[in-house]
This record gives sequence, structure tokens and C-alpha cells, in this order.
Amino acid sequence: MTELGTLHAPLNVEFDYTRSLGPTLSGFMSGLKRRQVLGGVLSDGTVAVPPPEYDATTFAPITELRPVADVGMIRSWAWVPEPVPGQPLDTPFAFAQIVLDGADKPLLHAVAVASAADIQTGMRVRAVWADEPVGAITDIRWFVPEGDAPATTPGPEGDAVEGIIAPVKLSYDYAASPEESKFFRGLADGKLIGQRCPVCEKVYVPPRGACPVDGVPTTDEVEVADHGTVTTFCIVNVPFTGQQIPIPYVSAYVLLDGADIAFLHLILGIEAADVRMGLRVKAVWKPRDEWGTTIANISHFEPTGEPDADYETYKVHL
Amino acid sequence: MTRDVAIVGFSQRQMKEFDGSPTCVELLVPIFQELWEQTGWTKTDIGFWCSGSSDYLAGRAFSFVSAVDAIGALPPVMESHVEMDAAWALYEAWVKIQTGLVDSALVYGFGKSSAGELRRVLSMQMDPYTVTPLWADAVSVAAIQARAGIEGGVFDEAQMADVVARSMSDAATNDSAIRKGATTTGDVLAQPLYADPLRRWDCAPVSDGAAAMIITAADAPGFAKLKGSKAWITGFEHRIEPGALGSRDLTVSESTRSAGAAAGVDGIDLAELHAPFSHQELILKEALGIGDDVRINPSGGALTANPMFTAGLNRIGEAAREVWAGNSQRALAHATSGPALQQNLVLTMEARA
Repeated sequence: MTELGTLHAPLNVEFDYTRSLGPTLSGFMSGLKRRQVLGGVLSDGTVAVPPPEYDATTFAPITELRPVADVGMIRSWAWVPEPVPGQPLDTPFAFAQIVLDGADKPLLHAVAVASAADIQTGMRVRAVWADEPVGAITDIRWFVPEGDAPATTPGPEGDAVEGIIAPVKLSYDYAASPEESKFFRGLADGKLIGQRCPVCEKVYVPPRGACPVDGVPTTDEVEVADHGTVTTFCIVNVPFTGQQIPIPYVSAYVLLDGADIAFLHLILGIEAADVRMGLRVKAVWKPRDEWGTTIANISHFEPTGEPDADYETYKVHL
Repeated sequence: MTRDVAIVGFSQRQMKEFDGSPTCVELLVPIFQELWEQTGWTKTDIGFWCSGSSDYLAGRAFSFVSAVDAIGALPPVMESHVEMDAAWALYEAWVKIQTGLVDSALVYGFGKSSAGELRRVLSMQMDPYTVTPLWADAVSVAAIQARAGIEGGVFDEAQMADVVARSMSDAATNDSAIRKGATTTGDVLAQPLYADPLRRWDCAPVSDGAAAMIITAADAPGFAKLKGSKAWITGFEHRIEPGALGSRDLTVSESTRSAGAAAGVDGIDLAELHAPFSHQELILKEALGIGDDVRINPSGGALTANPMFTAGLNRIGEAAREVWAGNSQRALAHATSGPALQQNLVLTMEARA
């Protein structure tokens, strides 16, 4: 069925999470900003870095923060032979649990050494600080063997750090389903390909792999027209980042002739106020040399000038 | 008073790379068809549907909503979802049956790990303030746990290699396994270290897949017409530990011990343990007090295929198959979720005449 295989494209998702901090983590991050590591005093008197917000035994908030050293001992470690984007180093390094002097619970952070032969449990390491700390765990760039970095003197107390910005960037290889792949390849030839459910005989455009009513594969391929009827619509009046069309404009569900399920597209060539249910519209294709395996081959839909469709012809497709 | 519930159907797919959409609808449709053939039921016999998956895995927003297409949800069905292994979806379904609200459930999970860089994607499950910004990847976290155990004298590399060799050898005849074949402990130890102290074979292969299971109460209206054997659930418990890695002893699994004690592990002759890293099987075995007379992971376990969000449910399904086949009288299945065995679930089941 999928002689050509599925269509793939890179997908990069990114967002800078702005996270507010409660009093415990605000204290911890404020310390980092002045190159001071603070641990939280737990109910049993031990000190944990980073401080948890609540005590795991009493469930009480952790309120007492105590300065600890930026020097400590490795409790356990793992070699990272192939660092991934975002990690503290882009050359092989170690992640380690480090018990800082004055703390009891280990901190997870990076240790910069040349090879796995240069690190061992029990080794003493010292923090290497960022040139301009901002109040984030990455203010400690990484740790190095104790003698390889100068001692640090914490700076004076400044404004409290109330939040952090945590950028997340994820990269995927995104595959279309076999049915979607046929749909997109059809678009590259100027065709709209749907599939019919063998049970309820409804035609889905784009095809979806399984009939959502009957839960069976939609195997029969059907080519549908590039014109149809507006079943319902909305007028976009709200500006947003990345908007490419001047507002107001109309997003509409278009029921293509021959299909049973409407699909969403853009309506132009008519005043937004004049768009209505039952309006007959046709696809406006971009110039052929701009076509690809994408729905963007259709620039938009515009009125055909035909009389409006009778409500009875599309009422079951709303 | 616990309502008697049996596992009556199970089907799964595991593969290295699934060439299809992140919703895995193309996998779920034939899996559901297999369940109807196994049980003689149709979707109208199902009272509740529950799935386990995560959009982070393949970058598809609301993939669990799209996956509902595979059900054929008209008329509408009662449905829920957990962003955990489908073993926890099974727990939700079991509780729902216990309440009396429904009598039966179909539980499914799916995931396309190959779409992204799995060990990196999994850093999103760490503490978002102090750990995720370092992108502490899943293999590194497990390797820190392994070293703590090795250097603490809790287990050694040879024992880890034994686990790998047994798993790969047992999986030789498992069509669903990805990394398999007759392997000796020496073969494993001859492999170079990767994420020191772990070898690649100590780490589950990145796997895609989907799985589904049907459970039903003994007094469900459609019970009498069910085809096939039953595996009766005798205990079902799960526990969680603090999210901060530094706050717990990584060389033991207190949550597994506690869940196992509550579920009851006495008398088991088979254990399917969800250990995505070889040393974790040793930690789990210790936590559950499993003796050497108990068969562990005859399917090959997660070290031979570990589709995210279904590998835990697969342990339950593989154990049920052994009970159905008469190869086990009383079996235990375990599922894990989160970094370094943070959350653990134990289900026990038995055959009845």
C-alpha cells in the first residue's frame, strides 16, 4: 500500500518556559546569582542541595536555607560519551552526584574531565561559575577537579530572583501516516485524495487511517472535487504572533463535493461579512511551479458565483 | 470487598522504527481487531477505554485524542488517558471496575520513541527548575544509579551481564523482540563500555510500539460469551517516590517493595519485571524478594524491546499469556515509570480451574 513509504519532515518544537519560583527555590536561585550555593535544612537536620520545597517526611515547607561550599565530593557518576544539545558541555563529560561540603544530599551536575579515566567516586571537585550568573542552575557551568579552579567568594546579596526562563528545544523526525502521505502526494499533482470507510461509506478528506465512527481502516481511495460548500465558519478578528493575513478574515469548514467530512481552510475574495453557510467555493491553487506535498498548494478558497447550496444538502455534515 | 477481575485479551506490536504517524492509529486498529478475535467481543462489550501515551515522545500535540479514531467512538465512549505507561491506564480501568461504574475495559498504549532522541526527550520528566535545564538524559541518570549499586557492593557487572545474556537468549524465539539471540555473560562483558559503567546492551533499545488489553469483571453481562482463558487479578498496587534524585537511595526500590508487599508476592512462579536497564532488574528482584526458583522475563523483557508507554503493559500481557497457556499458576508483573525507578506498579494474577 505504501510503495513510496511515508513522507517525513523535520519538526522543531521550542518554547521558553517562564517559571515563577516559590520562596524556597527563589532563595536557592538568588544564592546562585551571587555565586553562593544554599542547601535546605530537612526535618531530620540533614541538608539537601538543591533544597526541596517540601520535606518528604513531614510535608512541611522547607524554610531554612543554609550556605554550603561550592566544593564537594563525587558520590556516583556516569560518563556521557555522546552529549545531546543543551547539556552543559558539547564534548564528552560526566554527570555526577556531588555532595557539597556542608550538605548531606547530592546535587546532580556536570563534571568536565577529558575522559572516564580522569574521574572517580570520592574525587573532590569545585564549581566553575558563569561569568554573569542570572539565578539559574546553569550559573554553575560545571565542576572540575578541586585544584583546577580558583576558590570563589560569594558576592553581596542582591535583588531576589523570582523566576527562571527555561528554554526547551526538541527536534523530531515527523512522519505522516501512509494515508496522509497519499493525500500530500496527491496535492503535489493537484489532486485531492480521500478515503472511503468500507462500513459507513463516508469519505474522509484528508484520510485518517481509521474511520473514527467504525474503527476500521479506510482502504478505498477516492478523488474528490476542489470545490464545495461552506458548512460553518468563523471570522478572525484577533491579531496574534505570526499572523500572515490582514484581519478580519474567514476560516471556514469546506465540504468538498464528494466528501462527507468538511475540512478547514481560508476564504478570501469576499467580504468577511458576506460569508455564509451554504456559500459555494472553489480552491485557488498557487502557480504549479510552487507546488509541493503540502496543503499550502491551495492558497485559499473563493466564491464560485453559484447559487448557495440548500441547507438540506449539508446539514448532516455539520 | 474486591470485585473479581480477569485479563482476557492482549495484543501488541514492538519494532525498532515504526514508519507511520505518531498517533500510531495504523498499529492500534489491527491490535484492536486481534482483541475482538481473541475474546469474541466487539466494542459494544467495552464499558471503559483508557490509554497511556505522551505527546513529548514524537512531538504530536493531542496524539491521544487522534488515537481515539482507532476505537470508532460513535456512539461516544467513556474514555480516559494517563501520561504514563499504559500499565497505569490499566490501574485506572481496574479501579473504575471496582467502583461498579463499569464492568469491562479496553486499555491501550502507544509511542513512537524513534521520532526524537529518546534519552534527551526523557530529560523533560526531571525537575524543571534544577535538573531539566542541564538536560540530564535518561541513560546518564540510570548509569549513575548503576554505579552507586556496583561501587556500593549491591550488585556487580557480572550479575548485570547475566541479566542481559539471559534476556537476549530468552528473546531469541520472541518475534516481538528487537535485540535478541543466544548470548553468554562473556559476550556481554566483552562489549565496550558506553555510558560508563553501562554497556549499550545494559540499556533497553529505543523501540516503537503499541499494545492493548481487555479486562473484565466476572459478573460483566458479556462474560459468558468470552472465548479463551482468563488470568485473574489477585493484587494491584502502585507507589511513587520523591522526584528529587538526591533524596533517595538509588540502589534500592522502596516503592517496589511497598507495592509488592501490598499486592502479595507469595507463591509466584513467574515474574515479568519492567527493567529498562539491566541493573534495575537486580534492584527489583531484591525489592520484591523474588527467589531463584521464579522464572524472570521469559519474554526477554524490556532489555530486548522497550516501547515507551507500553513496555509496562506488555509485562502484564506477557505474564497473562503464560497463565493462559498453563505455564504459570501464579504470576507477578511489574511496570516502572519515571527516572531511575521512581514509580513502580505491581500486579499479581493467577489461573483458576
